[in-house]
Amino acid sequence: MTGFVTLLQKEILRFLKVGLQTIFAPIVATLLYLLIFFHVLSEHVEVYPEIAYTQFLIPGLIMMAIVQNAFANSSSSLIQSKMSGNIVFVLLSPLSYQEIFFAYILASVVRGLIVGIGVYLITLFFFEIPLHFPLWAILFAVIGSSMLGALGLLAGISAEKVDQMAAFQNFIILPLTLLSGVFYTVQSLPVIWQLISQFNPFFYVIDGFRYGFLGVSEVSPYKSLTIVSICFLVISLITIQILKTGYKLRN
Amino acid sequence: MTPAIKVRQVCKHYGDVCALADINLEIDQGEFFALLGPNGAGKTTLISIIAGLSRASSGAVCIMGCDVITQYQAARRMLGVVPQELVFDPFFTVRETLVIQSGYYGIKHNDDWIDEIIHHLDLSDKAHTNMRALSGGMKRRVLVAQALVHKPPVIILDEPTAGVDVTLRQALWDFIRRLNRNGHTIILTTHYLEEAEVLCNRIAMLKQGRIVALDSIQNLVSNCGCHSIRLRLSPDTLPSELQKQFISYTDGYHLLKINAYSEIESVLTILRESGLQVLEMKILQSDLEEVFVNIMKHGKAAPI
Repeated sequence: MTGFVTLLQKEILRFLKVGLQTIFAPIVATLLYLLIFFHVLSEHVEVYPEIAYTQFLIPGLIMMAIVQNAFANSSSSLIQSKMSGNIVFVLLSPLSYQEIFFAYILASVVRGLIVGIGVYLITLFFFEIPLHFPLWAILFAVIGSSMLGALGLLAGISAEKVDQMAAFQNFIILPLTLLSGVFYTVQSLPVIWQLISQFNPFFYVIDGFRYGFLGVSEVSPYKSLTIVSICFLVISLITIQILKTGYKLRN
Repeated sequence: MTPAIKVRQVCKHYGDVCALADINLEIDQGEFFALLGPNGAGKTTLISIIAGLSRASSGAVCIMGCDVITQYQAARRMLGVVPQELVFDPFFTVRETLVIQSGYYGIKHNDDWIDEIIHHLDLSDKAHTNMRALSGGMKRRVLVAQALVHKPPVIILDEPTAGVDVTLRQALWDFIRRLNRNGHTIILTTHYLEEAEVLCNRIAMLKQGRIVALDSIQNLVSNCGCHSIRLRLSPDTLPSELQKQFISYTDGYHLLKINAYSEIESVLTILRESGLQVLEMKILQSDLEEVFVNIMKHGKAAPI
């Protein structure tokens, strides 16, 4: 257990030591999104009856920040360790592959939640945001960030260069998060995009999380929870298997 | 006694390239062992397989009786590795690095031992300095310290003195020698053969992924057949019987090759029978470097 706790602490310390870049900057970026969309869209869009656009937008933005930072944490930590070679200290140690997996994932969850809570607390000063089912919100925040933490770990192990990682982030993670219904409901989209969105797991993460705040959602939170859990499980199994065989890391 | 390291029929292929071919090696507990070979001979590949940083294509490796694949956690606890490259985590100070490294091995309160290694490696002034701010030599010391946090019985050093100044090299070897005296098994790779000659009991030489020599330094040197004998003779002519052993002639000195000390007797007999007087004689013993060059040139050790 000590080995796991140490790696977890190290991973958390790592991002806290550069908090300006890993916590503060994403909070500011998210608030900028809020500022822009609030001014442009707040008077034109009504997503759900009786719910202001900002009340719809803010939970989506919080979740977007959580998943993006969870992914960034494990992926950047791993690719940096690989590039600088200091991953060797983890690989030489008797840490089991499960310990390595869970330490990286949990550190990602912690970073995602710190950024998410930061955005939430700041927006509370300016807007009234309902919170109908906090447990649902927490559940989706934790599973969503775990899923992205695992995906980040997978990408960090597989990528051989920093630019491969940047491509993964910019061409897969960013579009999937931006097109997941953060700024709009999927139901308001043309049919073909509605169909495509159904295959975007990020949509279910955001929709389920938003259900915790608003008490309404596009699909049942149980359905979202099932889909997100299955995605998390599949990604985790692949990543654990890769850690076990030593693919790319022990070669 | 369980061998400190046992390598059995290990092969490693990268695609079509064969990096290691059928390596068999047993290193006993308490040995000071050197792994020598030119660049690209497979030394680091072999060390990586022993340390679990790479997997063998076939064969098995045990550290203190623990298989590095099936009992990897137990095996890794027995082993400390000083990697060849100067790697470090730029987020932490020297002390933080060592505390974290201890934690990876499940050791919670390791302060006394960390203080001791910091002291022995002369890092006390730098304990709270960030790793980024250290010179190359200092980083090297931290790497050694990291390999020792869990007091491993077996320690592997992959070219620990490459690019290190003379003072640190001396200090480092004193420290490693002390660890060896205290019962730690030491395995090192180095390009400085005189270091290996002074420090180690036994060596293995690798060439193109194969072990071409494996013996004590004493045996290798005495069996390599590269001794020579330097003679000043009166009159200054070499008998024809000795021409086949002739190496060179400079300033009145004949240099003759002898394969073993026992040949001295026959050389002297020939000289006596030819009526020559030996004015001066010196036996030149070969050193490990000559043995190394000889073995690398001919591909295998002289018959033992």
